[in-house]
Amino acid sequence: MLGVGEATSTVATPRTGVGTRLLRQLALNPVAGSLFTLLLFCAIFSATTHTFLTPNNLSLIVQQSVIVGALAVGETLVILSAGIDLANGAICVLGTIVAGKLVDAGYPALPCLLAAVALCTAVGAVAGLLVSRLRLPPFIVTLGLLGIVTAATRLISQGGAFPVMDDLLAWSGNSLRIGSAPITYGTIILAGLYLLVWYMLTQTAWGTQVYALGNNPEAARLVGIPVRRRLLSIYSLAALIYGVAAWLALGRIPNADPNALQTANLDSITAVVIGGTSLFGGRGSLFGTLIGTLIVGVLRNGLTLEGIDPLWQDLVTGILVIAAVALDQLTRRRRT
Amino acid sequence: MSDLPVLEARGITKSYGHVAVLHGVDFEVRAGEVMAIVGDNGAGKSTMIKTLCGAVQPDAGEILLDGAPVRFATPLDARASGIETVYQDLAVAPALDIASNLFLGRELRRAGPLGRVFRMLDKPRMRAEAQRHMDELRFRLPAITNAVEALSGGQRQGVAVARAAAFARRLVIMDEPTAALGVRETGQVLDLIRSVRDRGLAIVLISHNMPNVFEVADRIHVMRLGRRVMLTSPKQSSMADIVGLMTGAIPAHAGASQPEEARP
Repeated sequence: MLGVGEATSTVATPRTGVGTRLLRQLALNPVAGSLFTLLLFCAIFSATTHTFLTPNNLSLIVQQSVIVGALAVGETLVILSAGIDLANGAICVLGTIVAGKLVDAGYPALPCLLAAVALCTAVGAVAGLLVSRLRLPPFIVTLGLLGIVTAATRLISQGGAFPVMDDLLAWSGNSLRIGSAPITYGTIILAGLYLLVWYMLTQTAWGTQVYALGNNPEAARLVGIPVRRRLLSIYSLAALIYGVAAWLALGRIPNADPNALQTANLDSITAVVIGGTSLFGGRGSLFGTLIGTLIVGVLRNGLTLEGIDPLWQDLVTGILVIAAVALDQLTRRRRT
Repeated sequence: MSDLPVLEARGITKSYGHVAVLHGVDFEVRAGEVMAIVGDNGAGKSTMIKTLCGAVQPDAGEILLDGAPVRFATPLDARASGIETVYQDLAVAPALDIASNLFLGRELRRAGPLGRVFRMLDKPRMRAEAQRHMDELRFRLPAITNAVEALSGGQRQGVAVARAAAFARRLVIMDEPTAALGVRETGQVLDLIRSVRDRGLAIVLISHNMPNVFEVADRIHVMRLGRRVMLTSPKQSSMADIVGLMTGAIPAHAGASQPEEARP
């Protein structure tokens, strides 16, 4: 009369098919697959167009990727915690409208910008509180916020887009030149953002705990991680980043438009997922998100240069998303 | 080793509404011993250890830690007093490596401004200490940088036990630590429990598995219907006796009157 589980001594039988080995490699390092995909696309577009591999075009790809790239940083944090954020684009637009309206009302630009970023952060904090305290599903919370924030944005802007003529708000659109390639300040800010959040995720206890609570929330609670406080900090920090993205957006196009960025939430989720981060939480990396963002940017740019109908961009992106999630599922099944 | 119990509970009483779960239970565990708590479902084992680790507040009775009365409002209080708990369902984060799991929630930071201002983790030190700790416990694992999901179930539970042992200064409470494991893996965890005991920590082990209990326990605290019906040891009682007491087949007073017999 021994305990349960006596008969189920599981010994993994190693199979060494090529597919299995490849899957195992990808399970260990899903970013490798993304990096390979990125290089493959770059190689194809470099070979088939004359304009792809020019400093100006590469700079353009980066500029076009800056906003979704910034939103994807926050999205990565939320997804690592086993959540999802559908409201990031809306929060970002709210930031642009509020900053723009305040400047229009005659207030000095810096306090306006800070107030807009603070408001974005506050919206994120509300999401964090609803997720952590009321234990509502992140999908529902951010879906609700998407509606609320979008409506609020239109109410504030009274429906219309308006130009934002302010040097500070549009500052990130200025660029310096390295060789013949223009590099916008927005790009540099985004790079700094990636570095900072990468550091937080990989080099601090906070980051380890973000992974842990996404990976096994019960274990995180049992070892004494303040899970609710961590979730609050994740959603707040993510929304703060969406606020910074609002600033970058005004630098890219100095126009506050309540109808802008309507697919940015899905685009950023796409970037995160293609970058090898698991939608189930606890696995993934910010570097992967950077690669994922660039894959989408390169794909859109390259297919446009090839003169292919833009609909194909969405089609190929959709295939990549499904492929990335399928890969995650396959490798997960093998892990357990 | 001193005869003074590390942890002692006197007259612990607990009711949930009208349902009395514990009727004045006494309990003790000394340093360097494994005290098993056995009992049928509903005997009050879980409530008993929950009061010991601060997860449940007793209605009456007192808890003494090294002879001094204590009150644990939460499990974190108990932890601050050097009491760690290992749970049945592998409380590890599978995607994180062994060292990260060992230090989860208690990460080490670098010395100097890197740690203080930039909050930078000291990964080399966490790895080295994790390795040293595993070596001390004679628990064999693949490289400390492996993700826990690469380990077997027994090794994973080993990580949880090692984590508790690393941070417990007095007592490790283990709630059915082998319930989810196979025979060979159970053996690994039992070996580990002995290693932890041999380092002088007190261990409270809850288990349904009598052969396991007889293998590692120094003393056995038998519960039935919210009372301690006997304090015995594997040397003094047979498995059949204890099962009889647990189920009520053997009358309780046979053992309850003479708990002091059971000295290791």
